[in-house]
Amino acid sequence: MGSFGIPLFPEQASTFAKDVDALYLFIVATSAFFALGVSIAAVVFGVIYRRRHAGEIGARIEGNLPLELLWSVIPTMIAMVMFGWGASSYYKMRTPPAETLNVYAVGKQWMWKFQHTEGQREINELHVPVGRAVKVTITSEDVIHSLFFPSFRTKMDAIPGRYTQLWFEASKVGTYHIFCTEYCGTNHSGMIGNVVVMEPAAYQAWLSGGTTEGTLAQRGERLFGELACGTCHLDTGKGRGPSLSNIVGKPVELADGTTVTADEGYLRESIINSQAKIVKGYQPLMPAFQGLVSEDNLVALVEYVKSLSPTATATPAGTAPAAAAPPATPANAPAVGEKK
Amino acid sequence: MLDTLKLPERHYLNNGHGFKSWLLTKDHKRIAIMYLISISVMFLLGGLFAAGVRVELLTPQGDLFLADTYNKFFTMHGVVMVFFFLIPSTPAVLGNFLIPPMIGAKDLAFPRINLLSLYIFWLGAAFFFYALFAGGVDTGWTFYTPFSSFSSNTNVIPTALGAFISGFSSILTGLNFLVTIHRMRAPGLTWFRLPLFVWAHYATSLIQVLGTPVVAITIIMVAVERMFGFGIFDPTRGGDPVLFQHLFWFYSHPAVYIMILPAMGVISEVISTFSRKTIFGYSFVAFSSLAIAVFGFIVWAHHLFVAGISTYSAMVFSFLSFSVAIPSAVKVFNWTATLYKGAISFETPMLYVYGFFGLFLIGGLTGLFLATLGVDIHVHDTYFVVAHFHYIMVGGAIMGYLGGLHFWWPKMTGRMYSEFLSRISAILVFVGFNLTFFPQFILGYMGMPRRYHAYPDEFQVLNVMSSAGAGVLGIGYLLPVIYFLWSLKKGEVAGPNPWGASGMEWQMPSPPPTENFTEQPIVHGEPYEYTPHVAREANLV
Repeated sequence: MGSFGIPLFPEQASTFAKDVDALYLFIVATSAFFALGVSIAAVVFGVIYRRRHAGEIGARIEGNLPLELLWSVIPTMIAMVMFGWGASSYYKMRTPPAETLNVYAVGKQWMWKFQHTEGQREINELHVPVGRAVKVTITSEDVIHSLFFPSFRTKMDAIPGRYTQLWFEASKVGTYHIFCTEYCGTNHSGMIGNVVVMEPAAYQAWLSGGTTEGTLAQRGERLFGELACGTCHLDTGKGRGPSLSNIVGKPVELADGTTVTADEGYLRESIINSQAKIVKGYQPLMPAFQGLVSEDNLVALVEYVKSLSPTATATPAGTAPAAAAPPATPANAPAVGEKK
Repeated sequence: MLDTLKLPERHYLNNGHGFKSWLLTKDHKRIAIMYLISISVMFLLGGLFAAGVRVELLTPQGDLFLADTYNKFFTMHGVVMVFFFLIPSTPAVLGNFLIPPMIGAKDLAFPRINLLSLYIFWLGAAFFFYALFAGGVDTGWTFYTPFSSFSSNTNVIPTALGAFISGFSSILTGLNFLVTIHRMRAPGLTWFRLPLFVWAHYATSLIQVLGTPVVAITIIMVAVERMFGFGIFDPTRGGDPVLFQHLFWFYSHPAVYIMILPAMGVISEVISTFSRKTIFGYSFVAFSSLAIAVFGFIVWAHHLFVAGISTYSAMVFSFLSFSVAIPSAVKVFNWTATLYKGAISFETPMLYVYGFFGLFLIGGLTGLFLATLGVDIHVHDTYFVVAHFHYIMVGGAIMGYLGGLHFWWPKMTGRMYSEFLSRISAILVFVGFNLTFFPQFILGYMGMPRRYHAYPDEFQVLNVMSSAGAGVLGIGYLLPVIYFLWSLKKGEVAGPNPWGASGMEWQMPSPPPTENFTEQPIVHGEPYEYTPHVAREANLV
């Protein structure tokens, strides 16, 4: 879209884009109404009531309570419409559907590293299929970055020390910008890339194009072996560390009596800062891996542990999406249709 | 009429000569003048950094400066403008000069502390200049951790200490104003007879006193982490980087109201004077200042909507953020209604007020986009935000400050400036400002992120427009320097009340004597009283 040769909107390339643009235009229209209304009133009053002789003074008008109430209440009501609409759009952006394609993003001075569960790794480029919900789990190796897809109208900060998430469903094939929107030092403006939205078939072809490392979970499994995690984390549950089978997405009872849900963030924390949350019935014996495992490898380890909970992971690692028959696909019906 | 006017023989400017008489003065008016000179220098410096940024952005490639140099330019532009110009601007210059006479007092409650606050400001500026000459700083004025705590290898600590120290100047000024407004009002000057300029500064002072210590503590925590390696914000040492953002914005969001509220106070005074009419809805305008000050403290997390805060807290803070919009809207409506059936004239201060109207409206209304969650996620940290806060902090705050300076210049110096040049300047500022910053809204929605040294080609047209506008804006800002300096020697003698204003400060001679009033004024009437009787007394008929 554009006018007079100046583009006004980025491409609408995700399912969020139309809604966000409509909301934006609604606020533009409301703002224009008020801005023009007040400006025109100020100019018209300025002309009509201009001072005609030096000694002229204005009428004595001290105020008007009904008017004050009117221009407090009406803007409040309009603001509440904006709030409600904005909150509902946001809620959708923050709530990924049950069935998603999972990608990991690691920000690093000054590049974006993306890892697909199938094993592909990319730098400053992300390939995704059209019409399928993609969930990106994001972190940073150093300072705060922010992963921004203008054509998808969404962004999320990459924060060192924790995972954040965003999701989108691309709706239009094409290549679009990826920007870093949190200032991160020297080459902040060079931390840009492209998201390539592909037809499902082309995406499949891209996925099967050469990686020698196996899937992300397989890479994690190798690391799991190299770091000797398996000496304590026995499947039987009788090791010095708790069993890692079928824990993801489930509540974990901790030694201090509280309960947490075993999500990606919890798994990551339990590796690098193992003393933070001790599972009930176990001793705090595990060494902290802070600084010993890169964020890329942490992602692989997390993905491996997730693969040990096949019922919880929506897209089982190592399974190409087209081959996986999800039990139910409520939010992304088009994806089902495209599999024919 | 005017040629019969003479400057008073004895006034605060000729009461003592030489540096010592200025540096050791306890006169709030002289301190205000020294602030005026100091912050004008800082404004010029901040403007030069901005010019560097705008010239670099003429082309998509980062070809004029190295990336590090560019990053230092926008950082130092922000640090100078926020901490050393905008925060002191209207309060320390106009507030300092005018609050005592507006309430019928001889000086502020603590004249020595007032001078101390100026020295503290200079000390803070000295730290900043040290950082500048030692090679500058590149963290952005927001000092986000963990970049500022371990990644940046520039002069973070001296710069942060400069901001920390100048914060105490702001706290002391606020404290001084609060005590002065409480304790030193003239007999008969009840709270609801106070000029709205004083109300606005009362609200501002509350923020300065309550908010500034928080950012001071936060800055110290960054310095401690950087120097001694304590893990406060750095996650590899067990810290939380987002905690910094909560603490920083707890002050720095209200700090925006430190900049805009005093400007709003100026607008109320000027609009009433040039409409010869009392302010419409006085108590609503007065209380909306307090409402803005209070609500301003509970909206900070809208700066963190994409920083991984929970969906629920984002919704709460979105809701609360709209609460600030309402008192701001109420002010604008009341000002517009004040014009209704006024006797309006358009000397330069009033032109600035009209400019303020246009720019503050756009600035305020674009705040709605940022409070609205669904839209903020897209425009967060893009040029949309840059445009928005410049419309508020430059369009609003500086238009108000310049309007006030033009309004009270004859009071401060006893002389008039060139009306022709000053009107040209007001128009250039308005046009240049819009040309600079309006394209940035579009750039932001297109997705151009903030703080980019180089950018994709499709953003160039709008960036060139913006840089061209900055040139016009620069001329608009430089003109007043010329005609204000010219007026000091050659300007027409203004007389005590050149605008026919009703405020108590206009009853003093121009320039006023050191003690402001020879007799204690006693207030009998309401503020902004424009009656035929007053008009006759002010020699206007």
